[in-house]
Amino acid sequence: MKKLSVLFLVLSLVLSVGSLALGQGVLKVATEAGFMPFEYVDAETGALLGFDMDLIREIGNVLGLEVQIDNIAWDGLIPALLNGNYDCLIAGITITDERKEAVDFSEPYFESVLTVVAKTGGGISSLDDLAGKIVAVQINTTGDFTASDLYDAGDVKGVSRFDTVADAMQAVIIGAADAVVIDLPVAEAYLEANPSAPLNHSGPVSDNEFYGIAVNKNNKDLLEKINGALATLKAQGIYDAIYQKWFGGM
Amino acid sequence: MGFRWDLVWSSLPALLQGAKLTVQLTSIAVCFGIILGTIAGIARLSKSPLRLAAASYIDIIRGTPLLVQTFLIFYGLPSLISRPIPAYTAAILALSINSGAYVGEIVRSGIQSIDKGQWEAASSLGLSGSQTMGLIILPQAFRRILPPLGNEFIALLKDSSLVSIIALEELVRKGQIIIGRTFRPFEVWLAVAIIYFVMTFAVSRLVNVVEKRVVAH
Repeated sequence: MKKLSVLFLVLSLVLSVGSLALGQGVLKVATEAGFMPFEYVDAETGALLGFDMDLIREIGNVLGLEVQIDNIAWDGLIPALLNGNYDCLIAGITITDERKEAVDFSEPYFESVLTVVAKTGGGISSLDDLAGKIVAVQINTTGDFTASDLYDAGDVKGVSRFDTVADAMQAVIIGAADAVVIDLPVAEAYLEANPSAPLNHSGPVSDNEFYGIAVNKNNKDLLEKINGALATLKAQGIYDAIYQKWFGGM
Repeated sequence: MGFRWDLVWSSLPALLQGAKLTVQLTSIAVCFGIILGTIAGIARLSKSPLRLAAASYIDIIRGTPLLVQTFLIFYGLPSLISRPIPAYTAAILALSINSGAYVGEIVRSGIQSIDKGQWEAASSLGLSGSQTMGLIILPQAFRRILPPLGNEFIALLKDSSLVSIIALEELVRKGQIIIGRTFRPFEVWLAVAIIYFVMTFAVSRLVNVVEKRVVAH
Protein backbone atom coordinates (compact mmCIF):
# COMPACT_ATOMS: atom_id res chain seq x y z
CA MET A 1 0.00 0.00 0.00
CA LYS A 2 2.86 2.30 0.88
CA LYS A 3 4.53 1.50 -2.40
CA LEU A 4 1.36 2.29 -4.24
CA SER A 5 1.00 5.71 -2.64
CA VAL A 6 4.64 6.52 -3.41
CA LEU A 7 3.95 5.51 -7.00
CA PHE A 8 0.95 7.83 -7.10
CA LEU A 9 3.00 10.64 -5.65
CA VAL A 10 5.72 10.20 -8.26
CA LEU A 11 3.14 9.87 -10.99
CA SER A 12 1.29 13.02 -10.01
CA LEU A 13 4.58 14.90 -9.74
CA VAL A 14 5.58 13.79 -13.22
CA LEU A 15 2.18 14.69 -14.58
CA SER A 16 2.16 18.14 -13.00
CA VAL A 17 5.65 18.88 -14.30
CA GLY A 18 4.47 17.66 -17.69
CA SER A 19 1.45 19.90 -17.70
CA LEU A 20 3.62 22.84 -16.62
CA ALA A 21 5.71 22.31 -19.75
CA LEU A 22 2.58 22.36 -21.88
CA GLY A 23 1.09 25.19 -19.84
CA GLN A 24 0.33 28.81 -20.54
CA GLY A 25 3.77 30.33 -20.89
CA VAL A 26 5.16 28.18 -23.66
CA LEU A 27 4.46 27.79 -27.37
CA LYS A 28 5.73 24.39 -28.46
CA VAL A 29 6.68 24.59 -32.11
CA ALA A 30 8.00 21.92 -34.47
CA THR A 31 9.86 22.53 -37.71
CA GLU A 32 12.08 20.63 -40.14
CA ALA A 33 15.26 22.64 -40.43
CA GLY A 34 16.37 21.52 -43.88
CA PHE A 35 14.57 24.30 -45.70
CA MET A 36 16.88 27.28 -46.02
CA PRO A 37 16.14 30.23 -45.90
CA PHE A 38 12.97 29.43 -43.97
CA GLU A 39 14.48 27.13 -41.37
CA TYR A 40 17.98 25.74 -41.06
CA VAL A 41 20.51 24.85 -38.42
CA ASP A 42 23.43 27.23 -38.02
CA ALA A 43 26.52 25.14 -38.68
CA GLU A 44 28.54 26.74 -35.89
CA THR A 45 26.11 27.43 -33.09
CA GLY A 46 23.48 24.79 -33.82
CA ALA A 47 20.81 27.49 -33.49
CA LEU A 48 17.66 27.34 -35.60
CA LEU A 49 17.68 30.25 -38.03
CA GLY A 50 15.53 31.45 -40.92
CA PHE A 51 12.54 33.50 -41.93
CA ASP A 52 10.06 31.15 -40.27
CA MET A 53 12.13 30.99 -37.09
CA ASP A 54 12.26 34.78 -36.78
CA LEU A 55 8.55 35.01 -37.54
CA ILE A 56 7.43 32.45 -34.98
CA ARG A 57 9.68 33.99 -32.30
CA GLU A 58 8.12 37.40 -32.98
CA ILE A 59 4.67 35.81 -32.82
CA GLY A 60 5.67 34.41 -29.42
CA ASN A 61 6.76 37.92 -28.40
CA VAL A 62 3.39 39.40 -29.36
CA LEU A 63 1.52 36.64 -27.55
CA GLY A 64 3.79 36.78 -24.50
CA LEU A 65 4.74 33.12 -24.93
CA GLU A 66 8.14 31.53 -24.69
CA VAL A 67 8.79 29.84 -28.04
CA GLN A 68 10.37 26.36 -27.89
CA ILE A 69 11.25 24.99 -31.32
CA ASP A 70 12.09 21.36 -32.02
CA ASN A 71 13.72 20.29 -35.26
CA ILE A 72 12.07 17.00 -36.29
CA ALA A 73 11.62 14.98 -39.49
CA TRP A 74 9.43 16.60 -42.15
CA ASP A 75 7.46 13.42 -42.36
CA GLY A 76 6.58 13.49 -38.69
CA LEU A 77 5.43 17.12 -38.46
CA ILE A 78 1.69 16.79 -39.00
CA PRO A 79 1.43 13.47 -37.08
CA ALA A 80 3.28 15.11 -34.14
CA LEU A 81 0.87 18.04 -34.22
CA LEU A 82 -2.14 15.73 -34.36
CA ASN A 83 -1.02 13.65 -31.39
CA GLY A 84 -0.59 16.78 -29.28
CA ASN A 85 3.20 16.88 -29.01
CA TYR A 86 3.25 20.42 -30.38
CA ASP A 87 1.04 23.50 -30.40
CA CYS A 88 1.86 24.52 -33.95
CA LEU A 89 4.10 23.86 -36.95
CA ILE A 90 6.04 26.37 -39.00
CA ALA A 91 8.12 24.75 -41.72
CA GLY A 92 7.35 26.38 -45.05
CA ILE A 93 4.20 24.25 -45.15
CA THR A 94 2.08 24.99 -48.21
CA ILE A 95 -1.63 25.26 -47.46
CA THR A 96 -3.32 22.48 -49.45
CA ASP A 97 -6.89 21.14 -49.38
CA GLU A 98 -5.66 17.71 -48.31
CA ARG A 99 -3.65 19.09 -45.39
CA LYS A 100 -6.60 21.32 -44.42
CA GLU A 101 -8.60 18.17 -43.82
CA ALA A 102 -6.08 17.18 -41.14
CA VAL A 103 -5.03 20.51 -39.59
CA ASP A 104 -6.02 24.17 -39.48
CA PHE A 105 -3.82 26.79 -41.11
CA SER A 106 -3.18 30.38 -40.11
CA GLU A 107 -3.64 33.14 -42.64
CA PRO A 108 -1.00 32.72 -45.36
CA TYR A 109 2.28 34.32 -44.25
CA PHE A 110 4.37 33.73 -47.36
CA GLU A 111 3.72 33.45 -51.08
CA SER A 112 5.89 30.86 -52.80
CA VAL A 113 6.09 28.96 -56.06
CA LEU A 114 7.66 25.74 -57.32
CA THR A 115 10.68 25.52 -59.59
CA VAL A 116 12.68 22.82 -61.35
CA VAL A 117 16.34 22.37 -60.41
CA ALA A 118 18.51 20.45 -62.87
CA LYS A 119 22.09 20.13 -64.06
CA THR A 120 23.34 23.27 -65.77
CA GLY A 121 23.14 22.89 -69.54
CA GLY A 122 21.10 19.70 -69.31
CA GLY A 123 18.18 21.14 -71.26
CA ILE A 124 15.62 20.94 -68.43
CA SER A 125 13.93 24.27 -67.75
CA SER A 126 10.22 23.50 -67.24
CA LEU A 127 7.85 20.81 -66.00
CA ASP A 128 7.32 19.77 -69.64
CA ASP A 129 11.03 19.04 -70.00
CA LEU A 130 10.68 16.38 -67.31
CA ALA A 131 9.09 13.94 -69.79
CA GLY A 132 10.93 10.63 -69.55
CA LYS A 133 13.05 11.90 -66.64
CA ILE A 134 13.46 10.79 -63.04
CA VAL A 135 12.39 13.51 -60.62
CA ALA A 136 13.86 13.73 -57.11
CA VAL A 137 11.71 15.35 -54.42
CA GLN A 138 11.48 15.73 -50.68
CA ILE A 139 8.86 13.19 -49.62
CA ASN A 140 5.32 14.50 -49.02
CA THR A 141 6.02 18.06 -50.17
CA THR A 142 4.11 19.95 -52.86
CA GLY A 143 7.08 19.15 -55.11
CA ASP A 144 6.39 15.45 -54.43
CA PHE A 145 2.65 15.90 -55.09
CA THR A 146 3.32 17.73 -58.37
CA ALA A 147 5.84 15.12 -59.53
CA SER A 148 3.51 12.30 -58.45
CA ASP A 149 0.68 13.80 -60.51
CA LEU A 150 3.03 14.00 -63.51
CA TYR A 151 4.00 10.37 -62.92
CA ASP A 152 0.37 9.23 -62.68
CA ALA A 153 -0.31 11.02 -65.98
CA GLY A 154 2.66 9.20 -67.53
CA ASP A 155 4.58 12.46 -67.98
CA VAL A 156 7.70 11.52 -66.02
CA LYS A 157 9.63 8.25 -65.82
CA GLY A 158 9.87 8.05 -62.07
CA VAL A 159 9.74 9.91 -58.76
CA SER A 160 12.50 9.41 -56.18
CA ARG A 161 11.34 10.51 -52.75
CA PHE A 162 14.06 11.58 -50.31
CA ASP A 163 13.81 12.64 -46.67
CA THR A 164 15.53 15.99 -47.11
CA VAL A 165 16.01 18.68 -49.72
CA ALA A 166 19.78 18.19 -49.54
CA ASP A 167 19.46 14.46 -50.33
CA ALA A 168 17.22 15.17 -53.35
CA MET A 169 19.67 17.78 -54.69
CA GLN A 170 22.59 15.42 -54.14
CA ALA A 171 20.77 12.71 -56.12
CA VAL A 172 20.75 15.03 -59.14
CA ILE A 173 24.40 15.99 -58.64
CA ILE A 174 25.52 12.33 -58.62
CA GLY A 175 23.26 11.53 -61.56
CA ALA A 176 20.80 9.22 -59.79
CA ALA A 177 17.96 11.60 -60.76
CA ASP A 178 17.50 14.24 -63.45
CA ALA A 179 15.77 17.10 -61.66
CA VAL A 180 14.29 18.30 -58.37
CA VAL A 181 10.87 19.94 -58.09
CA ILE A 182 11.06 22.28 -55.13
CA ASP A 183 10.02 25.67 -53.73
CA LEU A 184 11.80 28.47 -55.59
CA PRO A 185 13.10 30.42 -52.54
CA VAL A 186 14.63 27.22 -51.18
CA ALA A 187 16.23 26.40 -54.54
CA GLU A 188 17.72 29.89 -54.67
CA ALA A 189 19.09 29.65 -51.15
CA TYR A 190 20.51 26.18 -51.83
CA LEU A 191 22.28 27.30 -55.00
CA GLU A 192 23.62 30.38 -53.25
CA ALA A 193 24.93 28.30 -50.35
CA ASN A 194 26.42 25.68 -52.69
CA PRO A 195 27.97 27.71 -55.51
CA SER A 196 30.02 24.73 -56.71
CA ALA A 197 26.91 22.58 -57.29
CA PRO A 198 26.53 22.13 -61.08
CA LEU A 199 22.83 23.00 -60.87
CA ASN A 200 20.49 25.79 -61.84
CA HIS A 201 16.79 26.48 -61.41
CA SER A 202 14.20 27.41 -64.02
CA GLY A 203 12.26 30.11 -62.22
CA PRO A 204 8.55 29.70 -61.40
CA VAL A 205 6.92 26.62 -62.94
CA SER A 206 3.66 26.36 -60.98
CA ASP A 207 0.78 28.37 -59.60
CA ASN A 208 1.63 30.35 -56.51
CA GLU A 209 1.54 28.52 -53.18
CA PHE A 210 0.92 29.93 -49.75
CA TYR A 211 2.66 28.90 -46.55
CA GLY A 212 0.67 28.73 -43.36
CA ILE A 213 1.30 27.94 -39.71
CA ALA A 214 -0.41 24.64 -38.90
CA VAL A 215 -2.46 24.34 -35.71
CA ASN A 216 -4.44 21.41 -34.32
CA LYS A 217 -8.10 21.58 -35.37
CA ASN A 218 -9.21 21.46 -31.74
CA ASN A 219 -7.17 24.55 -30.87
CA LYS A 220 -9.17 27.35 -32.57
CA ASP A 221 -8.17 29.67 -29.74
CA LEU A 222 -4.47 29.44 -30.60
CA LEU A 223 -5.25 29.77 -34.31
CA GLU A 224 -7.02 33.08 -33.66
CA LYS A 225 -4.16 34.30 -31.49
CA ILE A 226 -1.59 33.44 -34.16
CA ASN A 227 -3.64 35.19 -36.83
CA GLY A 228 -3.97 38.22 -34.57
CA ALA A 229 -0.21 38.24 -33.94
CA LEU A 230 0.51 37.97 -37.68
CA ALA A 231 -1.72 41.00 -38.32
CA THR A 232 0.02 42.92 -35.54
CA LEU A 233 3.49 42.09 -36.91
CA LYS A 234 2.43 43.25 -40.36
CA ALA A 235 0.90 46.47 -39.02
CA GLN A 236 4.01 47.24 -36.96
CA GLY A 237 6.36 46.65 -39.88
CA ILE A 238 8.12 43.79 -38.09
CA TYR A 239 6.99 41.30 -40.72
CA ASP A 240 8.50 43.50 -43.44
CA ALA A 241 11.75 43.78 -41.51
CA ILE A 242 12.02 40.00 -41.27
CA TYR A 243 11.17 39.71 -44.97
CA GLN A 244 13.85 42.24 -45.87
CA LYS A 245 16.38 40.43 -43.68
CA TRP A 246 15.93 37.14 -45.53
CA PHE A 247 14.78 38.16 -49.00
CA GLY A 248 15.93 41.76 -49.26
CA GLY A 249 18.66 40.92 -51.75
CA MET A 250 16.33 39.02 -54.08
CA MET B 1 -10.86 10.11 -34.47
CA GLY B 2 -11.50 6.40 -33.95
CA PHE B 3 -9.37 3.67 -35.39
CA ARG B 4 -10.05 3.42 -39.10
CA TRP B 5 -9.81 -0.16 -40.29
CA ASP B 6 -10.87 0.97 -43.76
CA LEU B 7 -7.57 2.86 -44.01
CA VAL B 8 -5.61 -0.26 -43.14
CA TRP B 9 -7.42 -2.08 -45.94
CA SER B 10 -7.17 0.69 -48.51
CA SER B 11 -3.45 1.11 -47.93
CA LEU B 12 -2.76 -2.62 -48.26
CA PRO B 13 -2.23 -2.77 -52.05
CA ALA B 14 0.44 -0.05 -51.99
CA LEU B 15 2.03 -1.53 -48.86
CA LEU B 16 2.15 -5.01 -50.39
CA GLN B 17 3.83 -3.52 -53.43
CA GLY B 18 6.46 -2.13 -51.05
CA ALA B 19 6.68 -5.49 -49.28
CA LYS B 20 7.40 -7.11 -52.64
CA LEU B 21 10.45 -4.86 -53.05
CA THR B 22 11.49 -5.61 -49.46
CA VAL B 23 11.37 -9.36 -50.17
CA GLN B 24 13.18 -8.89 -53.48
CA LEU B 25 16.00 -6.80 -52.00
CA THR B 26 16.39 -9.12 -49.03
CA SER B 27 16.41 -12.36 -51.04
CA ILE B 28 19.01 -11.10 -53.50
CA ALA B 29 21.14 -9.68 -50.68
CA VAL B 30 20.85 -12.93 -48.73
CA CYS B 31 22.22 -14.90 -51.71
CA PHE B 32 25.15 -12.52 -52.20
CA GLY B 33 25.59 -12.37 -48.43
CA ILE B 34 25.98 -16.15 -48.20
CA ILE B 35 28.52 -16.19 -51.03
CA LEU B 36 30.49 -13.26 -49.56
CA GLY B 37 30.18 -14.62 -46.05
CA THR B 38 31.34 -18.12 -46.96
CA ILE B 39 34.39 -16.70 -48.72
CA ALA B 40 35.10 -14.34 -45.83
CA GLY B 41 34.56 -17.04 -43.21
CA ILE B 42 36.90 -19.51 -44.91
CA ALA B 43 39.47 -16.81 -45.67
CA ARG B 44 39.51 -15.72 -42.04
CA LEU B 45 40.58 -19.21 -41.02
CA SER B 46 43.14 -19.64 -43.79
CA LYS B 47 46.82 -18.99 -43.38
CA SER B 48 47.07 -16.88 -46.54
CA PRO B 49 47.23 -13.05 -46.66
CA LEU B 50 43.51 -13.19 -47.43
CA ARG B 51 43.04 -13.81 -43.75
CA LEU B 52 43.84 -10.19 -42.93
CA ALA B 53 41.61 -8.93 -45.75
CA ALA B 54 38.68 -11.01 -44.50
CA ALA B 55 39.22 -9.97 -40.89
CA SER B 56 39.33 -6.27 -41.91
CA TYR B 57 36.20 -6.63 -44.03
CA ILE B 58 34.28 -8.24 -41.18
CA ASP B 59 35.54 -5.76 -38.56
CA ILE B 60 34.92 -2.65 -40.65
CA ILE B 61 31.45 -3.64 -41.83
CA ARG B 62 30.31 -4.84 -38.42
CA GLY B 63 31.79 -1.74 -36.84
CA THR B 64 29.90 0.78 -38.96
CA PRO B 65 26.14 1.35 -39.32
CA LEU B 66 24.30 -0.03 -42.35
CA LEU B 67 22.81 3.44 -42.79
CA VAL B 68 26.25 5.00 -43.20
CA GLN B 69 27.34 2.20 -45.55
CA THR B 70 24.25 2.86 -47.67
CA PHE B 71 25.02 6.59 -47.84
CA LEU B 72 28.66 5.90 -48.69
CA ILE B 73 27.72 3.63 -51.57
CA PHE B 74 24.88 5.74 -52.97
CA TYR B 75 26.31 9.24 -52.51
CA GLY B 76 30.05 8.58 -52.14
CA LEU B 77 30.93 5.84 -54.61
CA PRO B 78 29.65 7.69 -57.73
CA SER B 79 32.22 10.44 -57.24
CA LEU B 80 34.98 7.80 -57.05
CA ILE B 81 33.93 5.86 -60.15
CA SER B 82 32.40 8.96 -61.81
CA ARG B 83 29.18 7.28 -62.80
CA PRO B 84 25.84 7.16 -60.97
CA ILE B 85 24.81 4.07 -59.07
CA PRO B 86 21.05 3.42 -59.28
CA ALA B 87 19.40 3.31 -55.86
CA TYR B 88 18.38 -0.33 -56.41
CA THR B 89 21.97 -1.41 -57.12
CA ALA B 90 23.26 0.66 -54.21
CA ALA B 91 20.75 -0.98 -51.88
CA ILE B 92 21.63 -4.52 -53.02
CA LEU B 93 25.33 -3.70 -52.64
CA ALA B 94 24.93 -2.23 -49.16
CA LEU B 95 22.70 -5.03 -47.87
CA SER B 96 24.86 -7.80 -49.40
CA ILE B 97 28.16 -6.40 -48.15
CA ASN B 98 26.67 -5.81 -44.73
CA SER B 99 25.10 -9.25 -44.48
CA GLY B 100 28.25 -10.91 -45.82
CA ALA B 101 30.24 -9.72 -42.81
CA TYR B 102 27.78 -11.19 -40.32
CA VAL B 103 27.45 -14.42 -42.32
CA GLY B 104 31.26 -14.55 -42.42
CA GLU B 105 31.44 -14.76 -38.65
CA ILE B 106 28.64 -17.32 -38.57
CA VAL B 107 30.44 -19.47 -41.15
CA ARG B 108 33.72 -19.15 -39.26
CA SER B 109 32.13 -20.34 -36.02
CA GLY B 110 30.42 -23.16 -37.93
CA ILE B 111 33.70 -24.38 -39.40
CA GLN B 112 35.48 -24.14 -36.06
CA SER B 113 32.76 -26.16 -34.41
CA ILE B 114 33.61 -29.21 -36.55
CA ASP B 115 36.00 -31.53 -34.76
CA LYS B 116 39.63 -31.12 -35.82
CA GLY B 117 39.99 -34.88 -36.02
CA GLN B 118 37.97 -34.81 -39.22
CA TRP B 119 40.72 -32.83 -40.94
CA GLU B 120 43.24 -35.43 -39.92
CA ALA B 121 40.98 -38.26 -40.98
CA ALA B 122 40.36 -36.64 -44.37
CA SER B 123 44.04 -36.03 -45.01
CA SER B 124 44.91 -39.62 -44.09
CA LEU B 125 42.33 -40.67 -46.68
CA GLY B 126 44.24 -38.62 -49.25
CA LEU B 127 41.88 -35.65 -49.53
CA SER B 128 43.39 -32.25 -50.19
CA GLY B 129 42.71 -29.24 -47.99
CA SER B 130 40.10 -27.73 -50.32
CA GLN B 131 38.46 -31.10 -50.87
CA THR B 132 38.18 -31.55 -47.11
CA MET B 133 36.69 -28.07 -46.72
CA GLY B 134 34.22 -28.43 -49.60
CA LEU B 135 33.18 -32.05 -49.15
CA ILE B 136 33.50 -32.74 -45.45
CA ILE B 137 33.62 -29.61 -43.32
CA LEU B 138 31.33 -27.08 -45.03
CA PRO B 139 28.31 -29.40 -45.45
CA GLN B 140 28.39 -30.19 -41.76
CA ALA B 141 29.10 -26.59 -40.79
CA PHE B 142 26.12 -25.33 -42.79
CA ARG B 143 23.86 -27.76 -41.04
CA ARG B 144 24.99 -26.39 -37.69
CA ILE B 145 24.75 -22.73 -38.62
CA LEU B 146 21.25 -22.87 -40.06
CA PRO B 147 19.61 -21.32 -36.96
CA PRO B 148 21.98 -18.31 -36.76
CA LEU B 149 21.74 -17.91 -40.55
CA GLY B 150 17.96 -17.80 -40.21
CA ASN B 151 18.32 -15.10 -37.57
CA GLU B 152 20.57 -13.14 -39.90
CA PHE B 153 18.02 -13.29 -42.71
CA ILE B 154 15.25 -12.08 -40.43
CA ALA B 155 17.49 -9.24 -39.26
CA LEU B 156 18.30 -8.35 -42.86
CA LEU B 157 14.62 -8.35 -43.82
CA LYS B 158 13.97 -5.76 -41.13
CA ASP B 159 17.19 -3.81 -41.76
CA SER B 160 16.28 -3.47 -45.43
CA SER B 161 13.86 -0.73 -44.27
CA LEU B 162 16.95 1.50 -43.94
CA VAL B 163 17.36 1.76 -47.71
CA SER B 164 14.17 3.82 -47.82
CA ILE B 165 16.60 6.66 -47.12
CA ILE B 166 17.89 6.48 -50.71
CA ALA B 167 14.35 6.77 -52.08
CA LEU B 168 13.68 3.06 -52.61
CA GLU B 169 9.99 2.49 -52.10
CA GLU B 170 10.08 -0.61 -49.99
CA LEU B 171 7.56 -1.27 -47.25
CA VAL B 172 8.52 1.54 -44.85
CA ARG B 173 8.74 4.16 -47.60
CA LYS B 174 5.34 3.18 -48.97
CA GLY B 175 3.98 3.63 -45.46
CA GLN B 176 5.51 7.11 -45.18
CA ILE B 177 4.02 8.11 -48.52
CA ILE B 178 0.54 6.97 -47.49
CA ILE B 179 0.82 8.80 -44.16
CA GLY B 180 1.84 11.96 -46.01
CA ARG B 181 -1.44 11.80 -47.87
CA THR B 182 -3.78 10.51 -45.15
CA PHE B 183 -2.16 11.81 -41.92
CA ARG B 184 -3.11 8.57 -40.15
CA PRO B 185 0.20 7.26 -38.82
CA PHE B 186 -1.22 4.71 -36.38
CA GLU B 187 -3.26 2.73 -38.87
CA VAL B 188 -0.54 2.75 -41.52
CA TRP B 189 2.37 1.87 -39.19
CA LEU B 190 0.27 -0.91 -37.68
CA ALA B 191 -0.37 -2.35 -41.14
CA VAL B 192 3.36 -2.05 -41.92
CA ALA B 193 4.26 -3.83 -38.67
CA ILE B 194 1.80 -6.65 -39.37
CA ILE B 195 3.20 -7.19 -42.85
CA TYR B 196 6.78 -7.29 -41.50
CA PHE B 197 5.71 -9.78 -38.86
CA VAL B 198 4.02 -12.04 -41.40
CA MET B 199 7.18 -11.98 -43.51
CA THR B 200 9.63 -12.68 -40.66
CA PHE B 201 7.34 -15.34 -39.21
CA ALA B 202 7.24 -17.06 -42.59
CA VAL B 203 11.03 -16.95 -42.82
CA SER B 204 11.50 -18.43 -39.34
CA ARG B 205 9.01 -21.24 -40.11
CA LEU B 206 10.81 -21.89 -43.37
CA VAL B 207 14.16 -22.11 -41.59
CA ASN B 208 12.61 -24.54 -39.08
CA VAL B 209 11.34 -26.79 -41.86
CA VAL B 210 14.70 -26.79 -43.65
CA GLU B 211 16.48 -27.44 -40.37
CA LYS B 212 14.32 -30.49 -39.62
CA ARG B 213 14.88 -31.90 -43.09
CA VAL B 214 18.62 -31.38 -42.97
CA VAL B 215 18.90 -32.94 -39.53
CA ALA B 216 16.80 -35.92 -40.64
CA HIS B 217 19.31 -36.71 -43.37
